[in-house]
Amino acid sequence: MSAWFLHHSYALTLALTRLVRTPFSSLLSIAVMGIALSLPAGGYMLLGNLQTFSGHISGAPQLSLFLALDASRDEAAQIGSRLKQHPQVASFQFVPKDSALQQLKQGNGLADVVGSLAQNPLPDAFVINAKSTVPEVLESLRAEMQKWPKAEHVQLDSAWARRLDALLSLGRVAVLMLAALLSFALVAVTFNTIRLQILTRRDEIEVSKLIGATNGFIRRPFLYFGAIQGVAGGIAAWLIIALGTYLINGALADLALLYAFDSRLHHLSSEDSMSLLLFSAGLGWLGAWLSVANHLWQIEPK
Amino acid sequence: MINFGNVSKRYPNSYDALKNITFTIETGEMVFVTGHSGAGKSTLLKLIAAIERPTSGSIIVNGQNVAALKGAAISILRRNLGLVFQDQKILFDRSVFDNVLLPLQISGFDPKTATGRVRAALDKVGLLDKEKARPITLSGGEQQRLCIARAVVNRPSILIADEPTGNLDTDYARDIMDMFRSFHQVGVTVLIATHDAELLGGAQQRILTLDHGKLAA
Repeated sequence: MSAWFLHHSYALTLALTRLVRTPFSSLLSIAVMGIALSLPAGGYMLLGNLQTFSGHISGAPQLSLFLALDASRDEAAQIGSRLKQHPQVASFQFVPKDSALQQLKQGNGLADVVGSLAQNPLPDAFVINAKSTVPEVLESLRAEMQKWPKAEHVQLDSAWARRLDALLSLGRVAVLMLAALLSFALVAVTFNTIRLQILTRRDEIEVSKLIGATNGFIRRPFLYFGAIQGVAGGIAAWLIIALGTYLINGALADLALLYAFDSRLHHLSSEDSMSLLLFSAGLGWLGAWLSVANHLWQIEPK
Repeated sequence: MINFGNVSKRYPNSYDALKNITFTIETGEMVFVTGHSGAGKSTLLKLIAAIERPTSGSIIVNGQNVAALKGAAISILRRNLGLVFQDQKILFDRSVFDNVLLPLQISGFDPKTATGRVRAALDKVGLLDKEKARPITLSGGEQQRLCIARAVVNRPSILIADEPTGNLDTDYARDIMDMFRSFHQVGVTVLIATHDAELLGGAQQRILTLDHGKLAA
């Protein structure tokens, strides 16, 4: 066995022993790290879910044109021919009120409710695909159609998705800032944990230095400790998020039944989970390194 | 083996601990450093192990200028020295065995070889039956022997001891001195600082006497 391997296994064993010998303070530190990490990581997870949700919608330049309830078939046909000639319209589909009602009956498990209605509350509608995807062009198209006779309401389906997108990028910035601040806090937590360890092991460090230990030898067990604690904190954060998604999904399941859309939250992907663990290990390592470097510098012979 | 050339050491409070010291110790020699308390004995020993740095002059140990060593090179130098400290520096949070094991862990010995070496060192100082004991339960003489075991477990070519008989009564002190002589007899260079004139009485070894930081003739 090489000296390198022996040194590292020695340091790892020492770090694990120290972690296990102080179970209460280790658990507390890990919990603090887990909670602190779960905030930005959980935020990231939520953003990712919203992102996929809005991504399905925001891409398509779709408008819905609802006619007034009292519009006749002829009036609907007139709008249809207008749409056919319009240069900005790529394609359109007429949805008569009867088939819309039919669709509602089949699709959403609301057959009882719909069946109990005295008359059809739905208007005739056109679903229009525009040629352009430029928001301004779509908006002016919407305004133009709104002025057509018997056009009750024209809605730009992608508008709210775009607004959501804008909000999401704002959210990403917020999550990044939160991550940066809490990372700093985590480094500080590890720094202090290691500083306390160093203080209780002052004699050992001094003697080791005097009988020929390199700085690397002194540093290694503390670095392992920091990294292990970091990974444990990352795992704690992952579990907190897992618990959160589980609880939220339980509540969302009811909504999903009502509205028939897939509303399940997805946990972090395996790549993101790995990144989370690596990142938290790195933070622990960094905190430990700073702490030991600071101490070793203080005891260096001048 | 150990060569001091015009070495001076002035502490930051402008106290001159050593003034212009020059001497050579050959391989396999046994040398005593004596002098009143505060004469600079400890400083001299600390300079050899690069625990203190000289203000001026050169210190050659095993062909290296110790005064110019940095970082890891200092660590390597110290692994080749056996050091017995004046304040012992025993670690009381671990067994006798683990205290002696520490230098081998630092050098990167595999556990099996290390265990054998620790037992051999403890056997040499007569503490083999106390390997599991806590150092706090040992007598003063036994604690000093523990320090010697830790110093020799790496099989150093130079053994340096600062007041190894400091707090011991005469019988224990003689014991300890005999131990150092036996290391000297197997070829180890031994350097001992002591103010205990009685110990030197029968000694045929070379004696360096320090007086207020200067070497007396």
